[in-house]
Amino acid sequence: MYDFAYHKPSSVADAVKMLAADPDAKAISGGHTLLPALKHRLNRPTALVDLSGIAEMRGISRAGNAIRIGALTRHVEVETSAEVASAIPTLAYLAKHIGDTQVRNRGTIGGSVSNNDPAADYPAAVLGLGATLHTSKRRIAADEFFLGMFTTALEADEILVAVEFPIPEKAGYAKMRNPASRYVMTGAFVSKGPMGVRVAVNGAGPCVFRQSAMEAALSANWSPEAVAGIRQSADGLNSDIHGSAEYRAHLVTVMAKRAVAAAG
Amino acid sequence: MNVMAPFEGIGASVKRKEDFRFLSGRGQYTDDINRPGQLHAAILRSPHAHARINGIDLAAAKAMPGVAAIYTSDDLKAIGGLPCGWQIHNKDGSPMAEPKHPVLAEGKVRHVGDPVAVVIADTKQRARDAAEAIAVDYEVLPAAATMTQAQAPGAPAVHDDVPSNLCYDWHIGDKAAVDAAFARAAHRVVFETTNNRLVPNAMEPRSAIGDYDPTTGEHTLYTTSQNPHVIRLLMGAFVLQLPEAKLRVVAPDVGGGFGSKIYHYAEEAIVTWAAHKLHRPVKWTADRTEAFMSDAHGRDHISRAELALDAEGRFLALRVHTQANMGAYLSTFAPCVPTYLYATLLAGVYTTPAIYAEVKAVFTNTVPVDAYRGAGRPEATYLLERLVDVAAQQTGFDRVELRRKNFIPTDAFPYQTPVALQYDSGNYFATLDQALEASGWAGFEARRAEAKARGRLRGIGVSTYLEACGIAPSAVVGSLGARAGLYEVGTIRVHPTGSVTVLTGAHSHGQGHETTFAQLVADKLGVPIANVDVVHGDTAKVPFGMGTYGSRSLAVGGSAMDKAMDKIIAKGKKIAAHLMEASVEDIEFERGVFRVAGTDKQKALAEISLAAYVPHNYPIEELEPGLEETAFYDPKNFTYPGGCHIAEVEIEPETGKVSLVNFTAVDDVGRVINPMIVEGQVQGGVAQGVGQALLEQCVYDADGQLMSGSMMDYTMPRADDLAPVSVATHTTLCTHNPLGVKGCGEVGAIGSPPAVMNAVVDALKDYGVTHIEMPATPPKIWSIIHGKAA
Repeated sequence: MYDFAYHKPSSVADAVKMLAADPDAKAISGGHTLLPALKHRLNRPTALVDLSGIAEMRGISRAGNAIRIGALTRHVEVETSAEVASAIPTLAYLAKHIGDTQVRNRGTIGGSVSNNDPAADYPAAVLGLGATLHTSKRRIAADEFFLGMFTTALEADEILVAVEFPIPEKAGYAKMRNPASRYVMTGAFVSKGPMGVRVAVNGAGPCVFRQSAMEAALSANWSPEAVAGIRQSADGLNSDIHGSAEYRAHLVTVMAKRAVAAAG
Repeated sequence: MNVMAPFEGIGASVKRKEDFRFLSGRGQYTDDINRPGQLHAAILRSPHAHARINGIDLAAAKAMPGVAAIYTSDDLKAIGGLPCGWQIHNKDGSPMAEPKHPVLAEGKVRHVGDPVAVVIADTKQRARDAAEAIAVDYEVLPAAATMTQAQAPGAPAVHDDVPSNLCYDWHIGDKAAVDAAFARAAHRVVFETTNNRLVPNAMEPRSAIGDYDPTTGEHTLYTTSQNPHVIRLLMGAFVLQLPEAKLRVVAPDVGGGFGSKIYHYAEEAIVTWAAHKLHRPVKWTADRTEAFMSDAHGRDHISRAELALDAEGRFLALRVHTQANMGAYLSTFAPCVPTYLYATLLAGVYTTPAIYAEVKAVFTNTVPVDAYRGAGRPEATYLLERLVDVAAQQTGFDRVELRRKNFIPTDAFPYQTPVALQYDSGNYFATLDQALEASGWAGFEARRAEAKARGRLRGIGVSTYLEACGIAPSAVVGSLGARAGLYEVGTIRVHPTGSVTVLTGAHSHGQGHETTFAQLVADKLGVPIANVDVVHGDTAKVPFGMGTYGSRSLAVGGSAMDKAMDKIIAKGKKIAAHLMEASVEDIEFERGVFRVAGTDKQKALAEISLAAYVPHNYPIEELEPGLEETAFYDPKNFTYPGGCHIAEVEIEPETGKVSLVNFTAVDDVGRVINPMIVEGQVQGGVAQGVGQALLEQCVYDADGQLMSGSMMDYTMPRADDLAPVSVATHTTLCTHNPLGVKGCGEVGAIGSPPAVMNAVVDALKDYGVTHIEMPATPPKIWSIIHGKAA
């Protein structure tokens, strides 16, 4: 790890000011991606802006037909939240299956979503439920947020403050883990509700994406069988020592089918 | 009320004495040690698999804050290369190619991770900062990343003085007899396979601290080693030219080795040398990334095996051709692994009368390969036990009956194989029958059908294995090329009031020696294990030792202790005879009590030891005071644990994921001292074997870049990858060591991979599958089921 300055602001406004003042500073939340990168000397920020002291970024609440989750909310809090369990049980299920206990006790939803690791879990839920991202300066629809591998619509001095998930009628999530890292090899998050029928695929490609053919099929017939015959093209999917693009493409169908079955 | 003390001797599942220390975080590992004034070393390692070094610019790095020194090979001209401890001879009698293994790269780097320079600074961070500021002018050369690349015409030479990249071309057995047997065989079965390359991944990364005392001239090396005396010998004699009396090597608590901490590594020599140069202690500790690219790797064979059978299914002959990857340099024991620890095991548990094996060892631009849990024996067992299943599949014989038909008969021991070894004891029928029963083999088809109804493909696999361990008779291994003896040393020090300190040359890095060895003393001398202290891992305390590997600690080290205890008892009898005014011949000893036969006169061990240290009434004319004895024990033979492993797996056809659902091990490890520890050793070994079969694969790309260089990409087995591992033993005693023990450290890793793979192939039998290479990863299985590229 290289030396860096450390700041711990207590408001979103202060955090934004610090980030704006130093283009090489980085925001840190649970640190479960950034800290290993720092330890491996793969990242050299001049300063870390630790968001953990910002009260307005915490908490889970229900507002009408949506669940709002503060960006600093840890995975374990989503996993065990009564509000989440009653409104979007699939979201609690997803949180419960991120990493391991240690990861869930540190990692935050805001960190996961802002980082947009192609193999992370939360981006699938955000896109698969059509969530709205509340940032320090605006609201961004999920469909406009995830731009590419580790890339989002967030600007350098913009912080994700909360994620607002519309409550669906049905939702389901299924994934196959990478056997080594236990990150997502291929996952599918499906939902039916106020945002329509949505199928978001994570792990398989460089960035979470919607599978429109499956969405159309499920709109006509919400059943595992409806997606079972739909083939995902392997073009552009990830290929590595753990599986070819073709294998991942196959898994998209399997996981989508399982996610629909789980959604009921 | 007479309360019996709980039995703590041989056969008792005593809880491990050392675990309180380990489980409460109070183990003392090398990196926990900090010496006053200590500096920190960072190693600059090659990012290239193969490159010429045209220059190294240290100017910027030397100007960095906190830097005490930077060294390259230019500074190490006076010291030797890292020695190899075993010399193999080619078919034509000439010695193997043994290119220099420099401590720091000289002119060329030969694998990703090859050490190029060392920076020593006041903190680890500053040492690393400066290492990054070193500018190395590399001229990248084409790499020989695989054995196939290395042996292709015009392949780049890893070592300029070995243009063929061939370390040796060795053979064993009777080629003519094998050829003749094949000519008259009813069945000929061919099997080709790759034994996947593994990264050992001990939980504790390697670490070393060099310390030098200018007032005494003594060098001390604290290191993560399985064999501190061997390191003292190799580093002192061959690399740094330091006399034993001025070099102390301490291997304190060590967090796992699995073979990877046997070898003498460059970093040990660097910190010892630098501490002398700087008159300051120097510490180096690997991070996990460095471990992946600098700890010796394991396995990595490409083999072709042919089995000849007669019409009744009896094995007539076995012919094996193997290529073994040595990596870029010869690690300490690398040459013996694919030869005398591999090809000599190809008889397995069978009466195959003629065997011929040839082995080519190949240099490649990869991390050196050496012994990893089992070392050669897992490779032999995998080849043979898969081959037998392939033979059964091809010839139509039942796979269990084919094995049974060819087992060495129980009354045939000692049994001389056609590949050098003579087995002393075993009962392969008993371990097979016990495992078949325990695994519910007979009822398997019902379980297969039940799984099929759930959409799962279920398979069962068996392996009947044997290994040679308890390494090793010195004269025998010497004649085979070992450059050291392989005896072991034990000292028993009975203190004045009867407690005991055991000094052993074996080294515990997770095995539980402090408990098992104490049990030997409890059993023989009647001393409670709480009063027995086991000391190991320090050349200043323990007279000598060859260390722990090859499942030798109990069979060789324990036997040395037993011999030393015999000497204690013999001396104690003389003292007892004097004190009780009896003849020595009339003194009997049993579990801590000396008795005059046929009388009620007796003396406890503590009374005898007190008399020995306070010799007021003592046969001082005939006997020296004190009660301490040392024995060097050189085994007469290897020991031959064997047994039967049965694995049951289920495959999810949609994803190709293989799940282990049941595992049964019935092992003959000879006499069992602590059944709980044996169970743990077997389960740990099975976990590693399952890892090899289903999960682990070290991958280099065509340029020699390590693709599986971290836990993100190298799949270590986790608890949820395993199933209940049922462990049972069936004992036949080793006939040539005093304890009757054989060794249990490696059986799990040796017997399990073929059992698992035989189960995977069995699960897929409806798909016309004859073989699947390890590891059986989901995409590989999926591609078979769906006929697609993985």
